[in-house]
Amino acid sequence: MKYAFYPGCVARGAAPELYKSTMMVVDKLGIELEEIEKAACTGAGVLQEKNQKLGDVLNIRTLALAEEMGLSIMTICSTCQGVISQANHRVVNDKEYLDEINEELAKEGLHYSGKTEVKHLLWILLEDIGIDTLQKMFNIDLSGFNFAPFYGCYLIRPSDALGMSANPKRKHSLDIVIESTGAQSTDYAGKTRCCGFPILLINQKNSLKMVAKHTGDAKDNGADAMVTPCPLCHLNLDGYQAKARKQNKRGKADLPILHLPQLVGMAMGLDPKELGVNKHLVSTANFIKSIKSKVA
Amino acid sequence: MEALIKVKRFNPEESEDTYFQDYSIDVAEDSTILDSLIKIREQQDGTLSLRCSCRASICGSCSMRVNGSAKLVCKTRIKEVSPDGEPITVEPMGNFPVIKDLVTEMDSFWSKMKSVDPYVKTSFEPEAEHIASNESMTHLLGVMNCIMCGACVSECTALEVDPTFTGPAALAKAYRFVVDPRDEETNSRLGNLNENTGVWDCTRCLACVEVCPKDVAPMERIVKMRDLAIEEGYTNTSGYRHTESFNDSIKKHGRLDETRLALESTGLLNISGLIDLAKIGIKSLLKGKLPPILPHRPKDMKKVTSIAERLDNQGSEED
Repeated sequence: MKYAFYPGCVARGAAPELYKSTMMVVDKLGIELEEIEKAACTGAGVLQEKNQKLGDVLNIRTLALAEEMGLSIMTICSTCQGVISQANHRVVNDKEYLDEINEELAKEGLHYSGKTEVKHLLWILLEDIGIDTLQKMFNIDLSGFNFAPFYGCYLIRPSDALGMSANPKRKHSLDIVIESTGAQSTDYAGKTRCCGFPILLINQKNSLKMVAKHTGDAKDNGADAMVTPCPLCHLNLDGYQAKARKQNKRGKADLPILHLPQLVGMAMGLDPKELGVNKHLVSTANFIKSIKSKVA
Repeated sequence: MEALIKVKRFNPEESEDTYFQDYSIDVAEDSTILDSLIKIREQQDGTLSLRCSCRASICGSCSMRVNGSAKLVCKTRIKEVSPDGEPITVEPMGNFPVIKDLVTEMDSFWSKMKSVDPYVKTSFEPEAEHIASNESMTHLLGVMNCIMCGACVSECTALEVDPTFTGPAALAKAYRFVVDPRDEETNSRLGNLNENTGVWDCTRCLACVEVCPKDVAPMERIVKMRDLAIEEGYTNTSGYRHTESFNDSIKKHGRLDETRLALESTGLLNISGLIDLAKIGIKSLLKGKLPPILPHRPKDMKKVTSIAERLDNQGSEED
């Protein structure tokens, strides 16, 4: 199983532990990755506000690069997945627009036919690996743990661009993967809401209210940790949890925020520290201890 | 066909608590949720309160949360949300106070709608019908489809934490007048919308786009107004600095320069904001994970920068 890999800026920047844990997990899964080294940032929806066509050309270029490699794309970021999917959705439903974008790409000798598949690691686990096969690779039973899923907006909406009707399980994909480890998936309202990151630098007060609400609600509903397939959500939910909880009187920052491959890796029996679980700003010391007690 | 409907009940005259009540009702295969709620009220429980009128997705009265997300219940068939007879949860809309059961108080909705002056403003009083050309209005058809049902407001993630936010419905309505060719107050409208509680408070979470039963796409209108406000010279916002810095980063590096984005969006004169960032920076550094000084660049980056330059110029020519 081989994919063209699109790690995204954050896994290459502020969240190196996501990149590392992904590599450890795909190795175990027997997935081969070839990074699309020429790919640009997706624009994260911000670039698109100012110049949608530029965003679309850059994303369709990424799809064309993968097409040239003859591979489907694997992403590890809800935002990257969503923004590329949205661009793809626009061009496959508008032949004229695709032609227009291909004219730009032709200057670089590239062409996009509209057929590249883009899948988040989360969907690959579900659809390409399969939950049964995945469970056979798990060495540690995480029953007794309670993990709160946090999807990230762009992995949930808009449902048409994300192929939700053809793949209805995608709506619950993170809950399914959490439960496949033996753990319980926390039931709380915030799991498909916004983490606040897009307005962190614009309206920090509101942004932190979101962090406090979702982490506080998850904790109140029994979560031992939160799991997210989006490193941008992670930056806010982890990096700003202390300030957010204090500012909004929701107690101390006591909810570790894990990247998806960190959870999968721990279930596989990989060392939490190797997976970078100790790299988060919210303390994970007690959590790591309780995971390790499962191994012993 | 048997439908199992779990309705969230609330009657402040009896108790401050809400509770779920299960109803099992025999309905036709193609029934809508509204059909079944009306049937429940008529045949099983006359105390169930709900708001509805046209039953044809025109009046916008019957928005409710179905399985956790706002829908017009007259437009939603039972089969659609419960293909295998699963129980269906029906609750009042979110982000609105509840009067009773499924009926919400809409005052804040209407006052926000009024706050954006939802009418064409001109310096003269037209003597006859003030007609705009078809060509200048066709792009507004989508946004004019709004039936003011409140579904977008119900799911808005910014309103959930800040009830003062103008919100998707009123902002989509504002857009309809901002771009109306007959309106003469475009600049002052954008000035107002650029203030706190306006266009920059949207989280771009797409919830409004997802639930709108009329494809109004409020979020897309909101982000368009951000751009229009910038074009009109409203640049003293962290939102503007954020967008500019993001764009520059992609043009220069092909990827996101996280450190610079954080610094520039915060504003280099915003001392308390910068101290705040430094704290997070130091904590990250101690964990050994500060972003690199320069972002990880794509191979053959000149290709990316040349596309950006070309399309940037094209964009401004088109404007």
